[in-house]
Amino acid sequence: MKNLKLASVSALSIAAASFAQSAAAEDLTLCWAAWDPANALVELSKEFEAQSGHNMSFEFIPWPNFADRMLNELNSGGKLCDLLIGDSQWIGGGAENGHYVKLNDFFDSEGISMDDFAEATVYAYSTWPKGTPNYYALPAMGDANGWFYRKDWFERDDIKAAFKEATGRDLAEPKSQKELLEIAQFFQEREIDGKTVYGASIFTERGSEGITMGVTSALYPWGFKYENTPGSYDMDGAVNSPEAVEALEFYKEFYETATPPGYTNSYMGESLDAFKSGQVAMAMNWFAFFPGLYADPNTGGDKIDFFVNPPQNQAGSTLGGQGISVVAYSDKQDAALEYIKWFANPDVQAKWWELGGYSAHNSVLNDPGFKDSAPFAGDFLEAMGSVQDFWQEPAYAELLLAMQKRLHDYIVADQGTAQEALDKLVEDWTEVFEDEGKL
Amino acid sequence: MSKTPITRAAAATPVRVARKVRGLSDRAIAWIFVGPTIFLLLAINIFPLIWTIRLSFTNFKANRLNREPEWVGLRNYERILTDSDIWLNMQATAHFLFWTIFFQVLIGFTLAYLINKKFKGNDLWTTIIVLPMMLSPAVVGNFWKFLYQPQIGLFNYIVAFFTGKDPSSFEMLGSVDLAPWSIVIVDTWMWTPFVMLICLAGLRSIPDYIYEAAEVDRASKLRQFFTITIPMVLPFLMLAVLFRGIENFKMFDLVVQLTGGGPGSTTELTSINLKREAFEKWRTGYASAYAIILFVTVFGLASIYVKALNKVKER
Repeated sequence: MKNLKLASVSALSIAAASFAQSAAAEDLTLCWAAWDPANALVELSKEFEAQSGHNMSFEFIPWPNFADRMLNELNSGGKLCDLLIGDSQWIGGGAENGHYVKLNDFFDSEGISMDDFAEATVYAYSTWPKGTPNYYALPAMGDANGWFYRKDWFERDDIKAAFKEATGRDLAEPKSQKELLEIAQFFQEREIDGKTVYGASIFTERGSEGITMGVTSALYPWGFKYENTPGSYDMDGAVNSPEAVEALEFYKEFYETATPPGYTNSYMGESLDAFKSGQVAMAMNWFAFFPGLYADPNTGGDKIDFFVNPPQNQAGSTLGGQGISVVAYSDKQDAALEYIKWFANPDVQAKWWELGGYSAHNSVLNDPGFKDSAPFAGDFLEAMGSVQDFWQEPAYAELLLAMQKRLHDYIVADQGTAQEALDKLVEDWTEVFEDEGKL
Repeated sequence: MSKTPITRAAAATPVRVARKVRGLSDRAIAWIFVGPTIFLLLAINIFPLIWTIRLSFTNFKANRLNREPEWVGLRNYERILTDSDIWLNMQATAHFLFWTIFFQVLIGFTLAYLINKKFKGNDLWTTIIVLPMMLSPAVVGNFWKFLYQPQIGLFNYIVAFFTGKDPSSFEMLGSVDLAPWSIVIVDTWMWTPFVMLICLAGLRSIPDYIYEAAEVDRASKLRQFFTITIPMVLPFLMLAVLFRGIENFKMFDLVVQLTGGGPGSTTELTSINLKREAFEKWRTGYASAYAIILFVTVFGLASIYVKALNKVKER
């Protein structure tokens, strides 16, 4: 009888324990874009699964559809994602429309300090209204638009001599935007190993955000500002300033004189393809792709090197990257917050960088060995020191699409002048802010 | 009394049900049958239309549900009708509509006329010709995007072969002048078979004895073509034009795959622009007004056209 009682108690204990386990274990879904760092995150998250007992599922959407798909999901109050690594520009809409959970109390209770993360990333990925201590995301993936080039071509004596003869200076990484264009024009339609190659691949995509991200990489070094006074929405004279006009004309000249034929609707994928196929000498793209590019067996390793977006009137790079947020419609917010807590851990952040993700944690970035940890690590740090982002307003999609249209009309379709394009852009944006009740 | 299906069904009806139905008039029974359909029609067609009309007078945004929409009267309509960019989209749509229909009718009728002649392999050729319309527009768009590629595209090489031009010297999808024609070419390639099939049906519906009578009257082949073939196929042709016109007015997938509306806004048809306003910018009120304007335009044009079609049929 005693044995029977013992067996019953044991069985009940096992059943209770397994019930408790199954009640605590959640199936969490994390949504992000489908690209190289996402694969690294899957690998990293295995550690979280082992520690917490939660199961992680991932929903990765190709970049061209990422914003459409995810914003539809949020706007419809969908429960697909418990965690979302959303683009930096969504933070305003995420906060004001109630899509993201405000994380201040959670950070306070768990001892997570935003001072432990790079200031630029906290400002860009986490705060709304901008710069205020209201946090809706934890910086997850630092990123900026940078450049990479065929180092093996740059080091060839015949090419170096030809460049010296053509320009009077040595072929090296460009120190300004104008040098960048000069190098790209030098390579344009040049015969290398019996093959015609082209200057550079730049962003010209019309549908989502491509051409805006490319053009702002020229606008920011020229000193582009969105407003005369921050927060005032007075754009006339800032957005269409003489410097902005010059930068836009520069980008158009770049497109017309130094890119491969048919390069009218190109973004990240096309840039990578052009470079990997040996079609271009240089290419712009997000730092997120650089680990993969360096590892490429054909054009990586000794054949590739990287540089930060060159300055002109000032240093300036277009900000990429994202913060990780808890979706307000999720039924598993506690487990999602557990993930954020785990992800904020310095050891996890160090492993994140090791696997190919760009950590924004100071313990990783300020490590003395960080600059030498990858050939592009130093450039990444430099870029993050001068990043600028697009509007992060709740109406960002309207603002972005207006800019996409005006830029593509001028640069690719060759309609009107740079001044007209920017003047029209000011009109479009003014209308948007009037509708928003901010003007 | 022989057992018909009706008597069998009546016998099988349970007595309680039969008693209930027996008391109903024919009109009431008709309503029972038609009712669900009318309800569905009201729920998924009429109600959304009325709701859209209502939204078109507001500044409602479907992604800002926490913001109370304001009544803006006719402001959305005024903005749309005075927006020069939208008129450019309308022009791009009109260009696409006119030329696709023109080429599809011309080539479709010619093909139907040839296929209608009896020759060896007639059926095989018909099958081959109709293949493009069996493909998905997304597949066709991607497929032609490669064909139009300036460096590796077959289309550019064929043009280069005949003209002696450098294949990479022109960009079908990237040039403001050529992009509108590139989408016309693809749509014509894809949908000419559809027009051909309708024309073929028209040609095969003409009784042989009419031609035989014309032969007896010593009418030339050309005269037979213009006085018999064309008038008798005309209603079919007009029907094909109506179908293609309605389809191409809402053309979206093929053009998005090919050009995405670019370069600039050169091939941004109204449907693409409307989608951007409604589901990318989320200007729901504005997009509703836009949709109503397009609806009225298509409805008005289609009504006029159908009247003309009926007149042709009556002749």
